[in-house]
Amino acid sequence: MNEPLPSVLIIDENATRASIIEAGLSAAGHTRVTVINEMHGIAAKIALHAPDVIVIDLENPNRDMLESIFQLSRAVKRPIAMFVDRSDKEAMQSAIDAGVSAYVVDGLRQERVKSILDMAISRFNAFSRLERELEEARGALEERKVIDQAKGLIMKSRGVDEATAYKLLRKAAMNGNRKIADVAESLVMSARLLGDGDE
Amino acid sequence: MTIELSAGFLPLTDSAILIAARERGFAEAEGIALDLVRETSWANVRDKLAVGQFEISHALAPMPIAANLGLTPFETRLIAPMALGLGGNAITVSNRLVAEMRHQHAFEMTDARGAGEALARVVRTGQAEGRKRLQFGVVHPFSGHNFELRYWLGASGIAPDSDIEIVILPPSLMADALASGQIDGYCVGEPWNSVGVASGAGRIIATKSSIWASSPEKVLAVREDWAEENMGTLHALLRALYRSAEWCGQPSNHSELAALLSLPNYLGQPSSVILPALDGSILGDAGSAASSDFFQPHARAATFPWQSHALWFYSQMVRWGYVDHTAGHAEMARRSFRPDIYRSALAGTGVPVPSANSKVEGALTRTTAVGASSQFLYLGPDGFFDGAVFDPDRLDAYIDSQKP
Repeated sequence: MNEPLPSVLIIDENATRASIIEAGLSAAGHTRVTVINEMHGIAAKIALHAPDVIVIDLENPNRDMLESIFQLSRAVKRPIAMFVDRSDKEAMQSAIDAGVSAYVVDGLRQERVKSILDMAISRFNAFSRLERELEEARGALEERKVIDQAKGLIMKSRGVDEATAYKLLRKAAMNGNRKIADVAESLVMSARLLGDGDE
Repeated sequence: MTIELSAGFLPLTDSAILIAARERGFAEAEGIALDLVRETSWANVRDKLAVGQFEISHALAPMPIAANLGLTPFETRLIAPMALGLGGNAITVSNRLVAEMRHQHAFEMTDARGAGEALARVVRTGQAEGRKRLQFGVVHPFSGHNFELRYWLGASGIAPDSDIEIVILPPSLMADALASGQIDGYCVGEPWNSVGVASGAGRIIATKSSIWASSPEKVLAVREDWAEENMGTLHALLRALYRSAEWCGQPSNHSELAALLSLPNYLGQPSSVILPALDGSILGDAGSAASSDFFQPHARAATFPWQSHALWFYSQMVRWGYVDHTAGHAEMARRSFRPDIYRSALAGTGVPVPSANSKVEGALTRTTAVGASSQFLYLGPDGFFDGAVFDPDRLDAYIDSQKP
């Protein structure tokens, strides 16, 4: 009854992101999805899998190489048209914003490709969001650590308890209209410069 | 009022004019805030120009021609209203190959004929012994690198598509690919030859300037429709880039320029590997007399978009089977370079601009004064290493003469 869904090759040196897209495509019923994280011998791999659609991240410096492989159809049996849909500028725009590009075997109907690209775009965006959140979480953890160090320094030099040390730190931050973490960082740095911050 | 322009560039020494335009205030002086975005592939540059994420970009000179001939995925028309310098590439080969070449035939780095003879002998020996074909890397099919490498091979009696193999690799991966033996040589822009030499992976055997003196390399690419709608802005940009090119060309600025390019957000390579291409010391002792020949960002009309350069690239696209030759295609290629816009932008600045749109390539054996809009302008030498001459008015005959 239904024709089988197109086979998809995902080229992404970021294995985590690639598997997120793969999972999304599987959930949408795609059974023929291959992930390649390593560019070495890519022409042979493409020839082997003969994908209908190739999804690649824009950070990959090998896009020029990949396109030249498509031009030399010796490596790829079927001609590969380049970008998803040249007429649909909006789709192109959102793909490029998300950092992803796709190549499609010539003759494949656009509507059969659209859902694959939409999936890749949304997963790329979700991945960037996750990365950003992780970055922020990492930053928060760093801040925590430096505040703890600063409290320790104050406790030692003033002979006060932790709660008082924190209050002093917060007061200094409020007076200077700065973030507590920034004040803590300058304190730790100057202590280090003065040779007192060794733990 | 400041106009913001987003510009793509690849980490190459010949992005210098764009980078200095921003960092040394030339863009700002023309009311332009230049946002420079480092890209990882020429495909990204092309895509982002097409969808309008970039208004302008550092581009391979044949890229706008290929786009207008319909050889790239988008139907976006691109034009080159300015060139971004002359020369700047070289051919680097593995230590093993250079030793074998020198064993066959002695040559210097500035002697493309000698290097070609040496490589031809290695290739013939390899064929006689049934060895695997040599592999050379270039960054893009529609690049000065691909066409100058092919020209040099062809004129040295080596068929680029059967005697050896040419593969595409990103510039930043060339040195590693050479070191690991994946390829035997590459033709690429600086600093990636110097990086390969510094890492011990190989040696430079020939320079672009020794294959074709004063030859075109990168251009400023913009969408044609954007140019038409923003001509005033484009003129201001070209003036800024002209002043920047002038600054980049001053020998007294080379160290500062190398330091600027070495920043992590630009080339991210030590200035010690960037400087040799700027001051010409990359040519070693042989280059001391001709140090400005390796890469020239300003002098000898280095930023003028000669239509004869566009037509030469077109002739090579025909020669190597990328496109069929028709009068329409040739005209499309010629009009991809826009000296008229360059001339209008610089009108009234007193800057000497060539009066002609095209010149006979390979006619000048030494630097010569020619007619210009104001003052004298010095051009050349612009000879090909094999002594051939490209007359754009005799395009058909040139294309015929290169048929196998």
